[in-house]
Amino acid sequence: MIELKNLSTVFGQGTVNENRALNRINLKVNEGDFITIIGSNGAGKSTLLNLVAGSLSPTEGAVFLNGRDITREPEYKRARYIGRIFQNPLLGTASNMSLEDNMTITHKKGFKWLKRSLNSRLREYFRSELKQLNMGLEERMKENLVMFSGGQRQALTLLMMVLSKPALILLDEHTAALDPKNAEIVLELTNRFISEYKLTAMMITHNMSHAIEFGNRLLMMDKGEIIFESEGEAKRELTVEKLIDRFHQIRHKTFEDDKTLLSE
Amino acid sequence: MRFSGFPGDERIRFIFGKRDGKSMIEGILVEGLIYGIMVLGVFITFRILDFPDLTVDGSFPLGAALMAQCILTGVNLWLALLIAFAGGVMAGVVTALIHNHLKVPNLLAGILTMTMLYSVNIRVLGNRANVPLLNEETILTKVSEYFSGVIPDEYILLLFFIIVALVIKTAVDIFFRTDLGMTLGAMGNNEQMVISQGVNPKTLKTIGVGLSNGLVALSGAFAAQYLGFADVGLGQGIIISGLASVMIGEFLIMKSNRIGVLTFCALIGSILFHAVVYFGRYYGYLIKMTPNDLNLIKGILIIILLVLAQSGKLKKVSRKVVAEK
Repeated sequence: MIELKNLSTVFGQGTVNENRALNRINLKVNEGDFITIIGSNGAGKSTLLNLVAGSLSPTEGAVFLNGRDITREPEYKRARYIGRIFQNPLLGTASNMSLEDNMTITHKKGFKWLKRSLNSRLREYFRSELKQLNMGLEERMKENLVMFSGGQRQALTLLMMVLSKPALILLDEHTAALDPKNAEIVLELTNRFISEYKLTAMMITHNMSHAIEFGNRLLMMDKGEIIFESEGEAKRELTVEKLIDRFHQIRHKTFEDDKTLLSE
Repeated sequence: MRFSGFPGDERIRFIFGKRDGKSMIEGILVEGLIYGIMVLGVFITFRILDFPDLTVDGSFPLGAALMAQCILTGVNLWLALLIAFAGGVMAGVVTALIHNHLKVPNLLAGILTMTMLYSVNIRVLGNRANVPLLNEETILTKVSEYFSGVIPDEYILLLFFIIVALVIKTAVDIFFRTDLGMTLGAMGNNEQMVISQGVNPKTLKTIGVGLSNGLVALSGAFAAQYLGFADVGLGQGIIISGLASVMIGEFLIMKSNRIGVLTFCALIGSILFHAVVYFGRYYGYLIKMTPNDLNLIKGILIIILLVLAQSGKLKKVSRKVVAEK
């Protein structure tokens, strides 16, 4: 479905600070894939998602969606079929607007016209969908989102994104800013929605056991390259120890060097 | 007539001249309501879009100039209002385009358009800086004639502008309750969210800033008819008046997320602001103030409001900390 061909990103090209954030990445994401991505800070995970989402343009290479070259398509156009959740729970919703207004804007993608679609039928639909979150939010539809916790807002962002039926979802450490309990809840919801709605997803995580537990494919990144990939049966048999061993084999690094990989 | 270089002087003469028999209260209210339409525009850019737009200093006299020229050339008066509105929209669109496509900061984009509009406005006025309308037929003279005898003369304009302001306020309220309006509100709050929805924020900014300046020009069109002239200097300090009015409204009335309440606050703020200016103008001599000092007073008023708003914020924060403990 999504295909990345020979994708490279260089920051500060031609300067002393030249930094090759991604180095000739080739990746094919199939429909229904749930890919988890791990790697130390600066490995290029977020850059990779930024290129897929369109908030960054690659220095070289191209992005294809179902065979169509979308490399030059701006982010807002790609957003109509690519859903994205950020680490910062405030980025997915508007704080100074009520829950129902937020949902009116987000439950469908694309330009909004001069009509008022929020009516009792839509409210009823929102109410029934909100019940899935088990957070009691269906009783707080007129409240402004400033009143909600980070976990609640991230769960909402997730629900609203799922309702807009994106072809691909990108999760950029979307539970990292939450407390452990809320992170667990949001992650469970993510997993449930992905399998229930048969979504295609790419998820960055710092937590190796999550990367192993969720999804059907796993990518390990380092210094702008995908250094290890595992899927299906082989992925199911992975353990955290095996992953670390693999990393050592490939990069010939000592344990001290890759503490960052293990952090969090 | 003493020339002071301050356009307000003629206003004073007109409003408080004996031949009209207008009262102080009516002067404040009518002027507050006319300028209130402009305040609604400023409220949209500053508070909803988070796009500080200085175009208004140019689009206000643009509306006045277009209206004056239409009156002089005998264009249908209601069509003239529409032309003034459209002119304002175009001015706003120019600012938005400069900001969007040349990646110029929004403040600078507004200043650019405002500066260019100064020349445009003189052109519209027929290469003159001031066009008098005192003996022309305007919407206001028509309305006054029509209702003369039905309603006491001194209340006709007041009632007319109450209705006009409420109609425009309601239209703005309805707009911001549509899907498009809500998305504009979301953009001022969180631009990334709008991008994630597949909406181009540049398009939204163009619509929002255009709409805002359309209202400002409409306000200018009414002001020209009320004052009895269009002057290229009419826009001087409009942004400050608008901002001060918005802040007074917010300061006095409880915070709310209901658009109807917010626009109502903007109108009330405008009336109160004009009351302050009125007293400065008429009783300022007691502290040896002249009309030329008014801009200084307006600026100081905004600073005082900012200080008050911030100390209010500080109080809230400290209260919250105490509550959490």
